[in-house]
Amino acid sequence: MQSLVIVAHGSHLNPGSAKPTHDHAATIRETGAFDEVRTGFWKEEPSLREVLRTARGDDIYVVPLFISEGYFTERVIPRELRLEGWDPELWDSEGISADTATLIASDIDKEVHYCGPVGTHEAMTDVLIRRAVSVTGDEDVGEGFGFAVVGHGTERNKKSAKAIEYHTERIRETGRFDEVKSLYMDEEPEVDDVTDHFDSKDIIVVPLFIADGYHTQEDIPEDMGLTDDYRKGYDVPTEVDGHRIWYGGAVGTEELTADVILERAADAGADIGNARERIRQRTKPATGTAGE
Amino acid sequence: MINLALSETQLAAFKEQLADGVIDHDGLTADYDADTETYHIETPAHQTSVGADELAAVDTEQAAYITNWYFYTHEVGSEVTRAFCRWLEQAAEHPVADRYDALEAGISREWGQLAITTTISADGTRHYEVRHVDDRDADATALTTHTDPFDAREIGTLDPKGRYRPLRTAPSLKSGWIFPDLSAAEVYETVEAFYPATVVNWDREARGELDVDHWRDEQDRQSGIYNLITVLPDDAVDWAAAACCDDSQCLKRREWQLSENEPLAAEGGDGVFPCRGPCSMAVAAGREWAKLERENTQSYEFELTPSEKEQLEAVIDAVADDEIDEIREADVSKGANRWRVRYLREKRVDEDGNLSGTPTHPDGNDESAD
Repeated sequence: MQSLVIVAHGSHLNPGSAKPTHDHAATIRETGAFDEVRTGFWKEEPSLREVLRTARGDDIYVVPLFISEGYFTERVIPRELRLEGWDPELWDSEGISADTATLIASDIDKEVHYCGPVGTHEAMTDVLIRRAVSVTGDEDVGEGFGFAVVGHGTERNKKSAKAIEYHTERIRETGRFDEVKSLYMDEEPEVDDVTDHFDSKDIIVVPLFIADGYHTQEDIPEDMGLTDDYRKGYDVPTEVDGHRIWYGGAVGTEELTADVILERAADAGADIGNARERIRQRTKPATGTAGE
Repeated sequence: MINLALSETQLAAFKEQLADGVIDHDGLTADYDADTETYHIETPAHQTSVGADELAAVDTEQAAYITNWYFYTHEVGSEVTRAFCRWLEQAAEHPVADRYDALEAGISREWGQLAITTTISADGTRHYEVRHVDDRDADATALTTHTDPFDAREIGTLDPKGRYRPLRTAPSLKSGWIFPDLSAAEVYETVEAFYPATVVNWDREARGELDVDHWRDEQDRQSGIYNLITVLPDDAVDWAAAACCDDSQCLKRREWQLSENEPLAAEGGDGVFPCRGPCSMAVAAGREWAKLERENTQSYEFELTPSEKEQLEAVIDAVADDEIDEIREADVSKGANRWRVRYLREKRVDEDGNLSGTPTHPDGNDESAD
């Protein structure tokens, strides 16, 4: 019996925070690739402390629905899951190459496969591009468009910028968009000045965030000048300084993120059969994406 | 008793089990004597020896025990689900024969704010209905029907006023829905979605294996911004437990203390399922209390009438007990009535928001928590 456990941050204040986790869990459940799909949260229930005891499988794959390596994936989650002998060195990663580590979780006295975060997997590049397609409604979007991948910045975690730069570079390598750049909320180059950083008239802006919340729904739209008050909403696209801004919101809400969760588990040895194809079919794949 | 009929599948499973060994389950013992080709079946009221052809015709009491064995060994997947389903039908208190009589009418139990009713069909399969305890007497057709256990998570996300419920075990579950017919596996998942991890922790407790994380364990484990809870005074932990873990706020029964040898004075509550450690809400609140507790007390002088003093106390009670909405618009006799509070503010609070015009920091020294 094979169990998938998706662990995420969650929120005491915003019910939308856990929504992508539950949505992707439901998508993966439908594929039947796992006998069960459980979810656990830092701020919601079941807690990270108790989620493993809700899983019944002999093979348990834990996938953090987090954007980058760092404090949560390296310290909080392993501690709360009680992964014996955990050491970030086991991932042998400089910030974007964490894959998997197999350790005993003392809560259940069983081995679990602890995977790297969703946000740094190469397949996340495809999800960013998919978001460009879904926000423009154009399967072939690319030519004439700039693409900004937006991150929080390095204030709290240097590795978070690495994930942003990694996907920016991979999108750039596809040659699909005229310009591809990383922008940040709290450091240069700042998302506030998005139009200064692009020549293209059309700019797709996608935050590399797991869930929509304060930053992606309030801060970023206001900072970019899409609206003076997020409560009034904004158009997609919105004209700002002679550019058209196609703002996509948190990439983690894109359905295809479920595919990246599966990839993480498969990389750790899970037998997912053809679930990946089924998810790609279901969520209508874009053409010419990175890594294909 | 319900008119039971052993199915071909059940009989085949029964024979297969006895070909390999004996059955000793919940009041039923059975074995197979290969030499005489006879099945010996013993239940509290009957002891029979029959050939394979006569198995299908065993009397109703024995059929009940056999279908009961079949259900729990072949239709209920995991040990935890089995323990939970047995609890739902009060298996520890009632032998199978009595239980089957009761299951015909339905056995109801409460799990937090869930009313879970178990019934039985003619082959011994259990069916589970879940609804809100407040809907116990409601006509099922008046409730919104759900079949997918995972719908329970959505139902439990917002309270009846549309506010987010970050604490799933808060007694604020909205009513008006029903899961009319769930299997054993589905009732487990439904309860798990409403009240995550409560069944597994209850089961660990029943087996004497509940691992309790006390407050000091929690303090020692924190990192980052939650390190701050290490400075929360012990008295404050007691106030916090009394304020936040009370049954009026959370349906879990708090089993954690200050430490294993330092019990808290606050009541733990009467919930069915245990709370094995401070939750993330308690830790986040503890961090806030820790900030507040760093302040020193200060003597203030306020001019209030006796009624005004009592009114302030009534406002505190109304907020703490979530009774604001119950105070009628025109009932100005209530201290927490909005007009009455607005009147007090007009009279006693100056334009800077200071009660009685008394500054919070009379010497200009800002000692506030932030």
